[in-house]
Amino acid sequence: MFDKLTSGLAFQGQALVARAERQRVIASNIANADTPNYRARDFDFKAAMAQALGQTGYQVARPVAPGTYQSDYRATAHLPLNRIQGSQLLGEADKEMGYTVQTQPAMDDNSVELDRERANFVDNSVRYEATLRFINGGSKTILTAITGQ
Amino acid sequence: MSMFSIFGVSGSALGAQSQRLNVVASNLANVDAVAGPDGQGYRARQVVFETTPMGGDTTGASNGVRVRDILESPEPLKRVHDPSHPLADEFGYVLQSNVNPVEEMVNMISASRSYQNNVEVMNTAKTLLLKTLQIGQ
Repeated sequence: MFDKLTSGLAFQGQALVARAERQRVIASNIANADTPNYRARDFDFKAAMAQALGQTGYQVARPVAPGTYQSDYRATAHLPLNRIQGSQLLGEADKEMGYTVQTQPAMDDNSVELDRERANFVDNSVRYEATLRFINGGSKTILTAITGQ
Repeated sequence: MSMFSIFGVSGSALGAQSQRLNVVASNLANVDAVAGPDGQGYRARQVVFETTPMGGDTTGASNGVRVRDILESPEPLKRVHDPSHPLADEFGYVLQSNVNPVEEMVNMISASRSYQNNVEVMNTAKTLLLKTLQIGQ
């Protein structure tokens, strides 16, 4: 019975977790804006949400052979992840994250584009706040329904 | 909550950038330093950044930054003709540090901009976390 009451909240909760995760990734990119050889990371929010909700029909990025693109990949500026061999940084869960494609190559092989990262960061914070408002609104609605006044 | 590790990530960047600023400051302070009789003058220093995993997770989502090394510039010291200088050699030359002030100023601006960026990231994360605390109120 309570499923129907809270399913909307559960969805927004998942969205909030995914937004927080993306915020973390973008913060790492901004922190490493001056690190030589650093590759900016990002993930496709839609795919991550679909995965979190256990839906089918959407696909997260899969590791593919180096230098190839996945034709069904929807995000415009993300490459599907090619795993770096022998890297200490990457774990199993890492397969879902992609590397951003740089438009202006840097001399130190750093692929962070600060303009884009800042824009992504602001965009993500606004969406995070929007999700918070949805949750607040949803919980107020439920409370009103419970008190019935 | 996972977003707390943003403070660690941005904090590490603040530390690294302020160290870079420190190095720039000592380079600029020593721009006119003269080599002693042993010929060993001040050489410009440069920090080298390195990515470091943070927050105890293995997903690779939280990557901080740290200073891996501080390298000295291999460029030759500046030879300046100044016969009146007490440390001048028999031809009237003094060896000065190889600091390039223009490069250092550019480095300084870059470091301070990166610092500001990371402060802003921290502030935003703080605002978001505070708002998250107020859910349902």
